[in-house]
Amino acid sequence: MTPALTIAVPRGSLFMGTLDLLDRLGVETAEVRSNERKLLFGDAGVVTMRPSDVPTYVEHGAADIGITGKDVLLEQSEREVYELLDLGFGHCRMVVAAREGDDALGESLRRLGRVRVATKYPRIAARHFADTGRQAEIVEVKGSVELAPLTGLVDGIVDLTATGKTLSENHLEVVEEITACTARLIANPVAHKLKATEIDALVERIRSG
Amino acid sequence: MTHPIPPGTRDVLPDEMRELRALTDRLRAGFEDAGYGEVWTPSLEYEEVLKTGDDRAAGAGYRLFDEHGEVLAMRSDMTIPIARVVATRYGDSEPPFRFCYFAHAYREVQRGAGQQREFLQGGIELIGMTAPEGEAEVIALCLSALEQAGLRRHRLGVGDGQLYRHLLEAFEVPAERHLGLLEALSRRDLAGLEMRVSELGLGERERDLLVRLPQLRGGPEVLERADGPVADAVENLRVLNALLEERGVADRVIFDLGLVRELGYYTGAVFELYDPAVGFALGGGGRYDDLIGKFGRGLPACGIALDVQRVHMAQAAEERLQ
Repeated sequence: MTPALTIAVPRGSLFMGTLDLLDRLGVETAEVRSNERKLLFGDAGVVTMRPSDVPTYVEHGAADIGITGKDVLLEQSEREVYELLDLGFGHCRMVVAAREGDDALGESLRRLGRVRVATKYPRIAARHFADTGRQAEIVEVKGSVELAPLTGLVDGIVDLTATGKTLSENHLEVVEEITACTARLIANPVAHKLKATEIDALVERIRSG
Repeated sequence: MTHPIPPGTRDVLPDEMRELRALTDRLRAGFEDAGYGEVWTPSLEYEEVLKTGDDRAAGAGYRLFDEHGEVLAMRSDMTIPIARVVATRYGDSEPPFRFCYFAHAYREVQRGAGQQREFLQGGIELIGMTAPEGEAEVIALCLSALEQAGLRRHRLGVGDGQLYRHLLEAFEVPAERHLGLLEALSRRDLAGLEMRVSELGLGERERDLLVRLPQLRGGPEVLERADGPVADAVENLRVLNALLEERGVADRVIFDLGLVRELGYYTGAVFELYDPAVGFALGGGGRYDDLIGKFGRGLPACGIALDVQRVHMAQAAEERLQ
């Protein structure tokens, strides 16, 4: 039997929370849990991927609905997907962080007229500094962002933090909070119309908890 | 050697061109048979003329200067040029007027996937007929033209572009809050919409309606679930449904009370076309009763435009299924 909805599920930190949610909704997740490498679970209607790919699959209609972090949606704000629900798990904060004990950001801004910031979220970072009236040079990195201020590449970073543990282990501290982020349920605009009954039923079941 | 073309534009080679031509021929035949004569207008218009129709020139993205220093703009849709044609060339004729067109339009590429800088639109405009008879005619024609083109599972969403605005006014939501709410709605950021609504300090009933109403979509039964300040708008949709039933196309129509279209000139019903094989809307349209009046001849009108390339995607997917 073909499942009524195809669901894009994020691997990574939202993975377990998402599978727990699917369990409560009666979607069979045992196979997903036991298969690290497999990506497509046709019987359950589940496809697994990086969180940042979820909006892509949902926008094109390859998945009807998906779950991803608000951070991903903010960074890919041009995606035409509907944001249906704040799922309330996967709490994190998007923050500006810098080396403990010195004011590298403030000093750069004062003396050089701009701050230099490393991030995996160049658009969120650029928007935040533009919104707060500061000139910023955004350096996009792919790996551990914490390294960048420690080596003097940048004055600070914009990154997602859940507990702040990685930051403090690297002697970084949060200097500004940009926004709080949680897991969100998103839908393809066409599926939202053509599979309205199925999607509404799902949303209703998530809401009623 | 390879040479680039701008992103969002494309070359069409003979195999695809043959299929596109066959598709537009079928659509055109359907439109012409229904009395919609084909028109052509220039790709370049005076920017000022486009702005007469819409403050933002309907989102025209490309402008250039002519030899006299006049600003020209590449048209971003065919509706404003046709409004100009009606006022200019049909000033004394007796309405209604029925036109169809197959023409390229040009827009800036800002947003995600499937966005084209230059795209082929095929559409119809019915000028001089009021709601809801006008809507019923263009909806039925568009649906049957798509069927002739080989689509089997297509649907058309109908809403009222002013519905949410009416609701905000009825609940006396301060005007400065409207934009944020309408933006959240047009992006269907329902989590954001709910948050913004909860900040308004309204009673529970108002709050519930502002969040729930735009999520209502489905068959005519959803119209029974909408009441209060939007009763008039919903009544219009109910009458439209009856007309669509008479024309035998009601089962292809989804009433969608949250549907909003980006263009500013819509005054009533708005439409969007869908096919399960394509993740994006195939086209859309609506009623624009004030637009032609801005060009000097006050006539009610409505129309629908299809993105031919997306219809082609749906057609190809349909053939694979059979």
